Amino acid sequence: MQNVNWTATIIFLALFVLITWLGFAAARWRRGDLELLHEWGLGGRRFGTLVTWFLIGGDLYTAYTFIAVPALAFGAGAVAFFAVPYTIVAYPILFLAFPRLWYVCHKHNYITAADFVRGRFGNRWLALAVAVTGIIATLPYIALQLVGLQVVIGGLGISGEGYTGDLPLVIAFIILAAFTYSSGLRAPASIAIVKDILIYVTAFATVVVVPIQLGGFEKIFAAVPASKLLLAIPGDNTTGAYGAYATLALGSALALFLYPHSITGILAASNGRAVRQNAALLPGYSFMLGLLALVGFFAIAAGVSADPEYAAGFKQFGNNFAVPALILHSFPSWFVGIAFAAVGIGALVPAAIMSIAAANLYTRNIHREFINSEPTDRHEAQIAKWVSLIVKFGALVFIVFIPSKYAIYLQLLGGIWIIQTLPSVMLGVYTRWFNDWALLVGWAAGIVAGTAMFVAAHLTPTYALAVGSFTFPGYAALYAVVLNLVLTIVLTPLFNLSSGGHLDETIAAEYRAPQPT
Amino acid sequence: MLGEPMNPQDRTRTGWSWWYLLFLIQFVAVLWPPFFNKAEPSWIGMPFFYWYQLAWIIVGAILTAIVYFATDD
Repeated sequence: MQNVNWTATIIFLALFVLITWLGFAAARWRRGDLELLHEWGLGGRRFGTLVTWFLIGGDLYTAYTFIAVPALAFGAGAVAFFAVPYTIVAYPILFLAFPRLWYVCHKHNYITAADFVRGRFGNRWLALAVAVTGIIATLPYIALQLVGLQVVIGGLGISGEGYTGDLPLVIAFIILAAFTYSSGLRAPASIAIVKDILIYVTAFATVVVVPIQLGGFEKIFAAVPASKLLLAIPGDNTTGAYGAYATLALGSALALFLYPHSITGILAASNGRAVRQNAALLPGYSFMLGLLALVGFFAIAAGVSADPEYAAGFKQFGNNFAVPALILHSFPSWFVGIAFAAVGIGALVPAAIMSIAAANLYTRNIHREFINSEPTDRHEAQIAKWVSLIVKFGALVFIVFIPSKYAIYLQLLGGIWIIQTLPSVMLGVYTRWFNDWALLVGWAAGIVAGTAMFVAAHLTPTYALAVGSFTFPGYAALYAVVLNLVLTIVLTPLFNLSSGGHLDETIAAEYRAPQPT
Repeated sequence: MLGEPMNPQDRTRTGWSWWYLLFLIQFVAVLWPPFFNKAEPSWIGMPFFYWYQLAWIIVGAILTAIVYFATDD
């Protein structure tokens, strides 16, 4: 422990104490009966435009994002910037489809996307598929938040032999579990405000101070190897890096709001207008993300990977140590404390929302549907609280005992899986034309094909689709969801012949703001 | 086929607006790498590839705001 950076650690701990207090105090914020699922799991749907902005922003831009996007730029160069077009095209999608989802969910007290699918298509098995996909895609995502936390704890110089080295992580997670249990979604919503302020301060300080230290952008980009500076120009008969770049951006954008934690953030808004306003306001975060991607280049220019001081960190965490190393290299200890706390708290907010979202899915679409169909309201909220604990504990065990690269593989697969719910959820808010069994078959085909492509591409998300002598390297999620959709469309008329279809409990007017009469 | 209304009432309620086509501009602008995969012209030392995409975040936000105000009811 002789290498501990005490100034930074004390500031880090002080900020953690502050957010712990905030997490528990949040139970009394916009007070509601936390023994009801929509109060615990959706904050009573009471968050206005501003809080929703903090909540969704805090939710989507996770600690892992802040570590991994610059790390990718540091290691692979220009391709990491796909995160920018990704966030640019994500918001029109939020703007168009998701206010409709908000209105219909509000009307019918749906708490999850699977609740909506159950009501819209009347098929409990399809709803189960949506719920299970959501839960499975979320679990590795929670685990990855812990990787972000681990990296900054390592950056503070805190280490230990064997499993004692994980003790700080375990303590942070116990705190997280406790306030999530007691305050529900109100806890991450209030902490998100602190988190975002810290992240903004850190990001802007980094983007202003470091280029000045390094002698301007010109010098920074001059230090980046030419092969990393731009995308490789595709050869003959292939769309090469261009196709990969565009499909990664588009596929990720389509998947983003299908994640249970995104939908939980959206449904917690107090009205559909707040969702639309946020689609215009959230690019504020994207700009920061774009600047952060450049931080990977700052780290190259600062030469942190060659500095023996950070060798141990790079050895343990690989390129994920690029950002902490740059911060340690460029700032005084007190600011390192703030910056690392920003990343650490940035791990807790999404982890809390993700565990709540997974708990809501289990409670509503598995337990209530298949195990106990008439729980009391209190019983329902109680189950969700327990499940949120189990989910977090599972993620913790995963990260402590299993190498983090498996969490990363599973999170990549999670993106390929969650997008398979697009036809039933995102297109479902527009049309009921699809047959429910056709949707289920399409979903299954998409999951299998997407997973197979991921494996065939040696556990990477970019699959080289070959058509004749042409190859189209692209994001497996996008290819798989196209297959899913085509199959669903082809099978719908066929399945409609044999089954009359189920009742739709929603009506078209419920997808819009109620018209004044 | 996808957007086909189930019944005549649906047509007025799908909430389509021509303003939504503005979104298409940003999709094309940032999802077609041949437009921007080059170093020049650079700006404050930043290759075109980077500042072009960063600038589109701002333009995209403005377009989204325009669509918001145009379709707000």
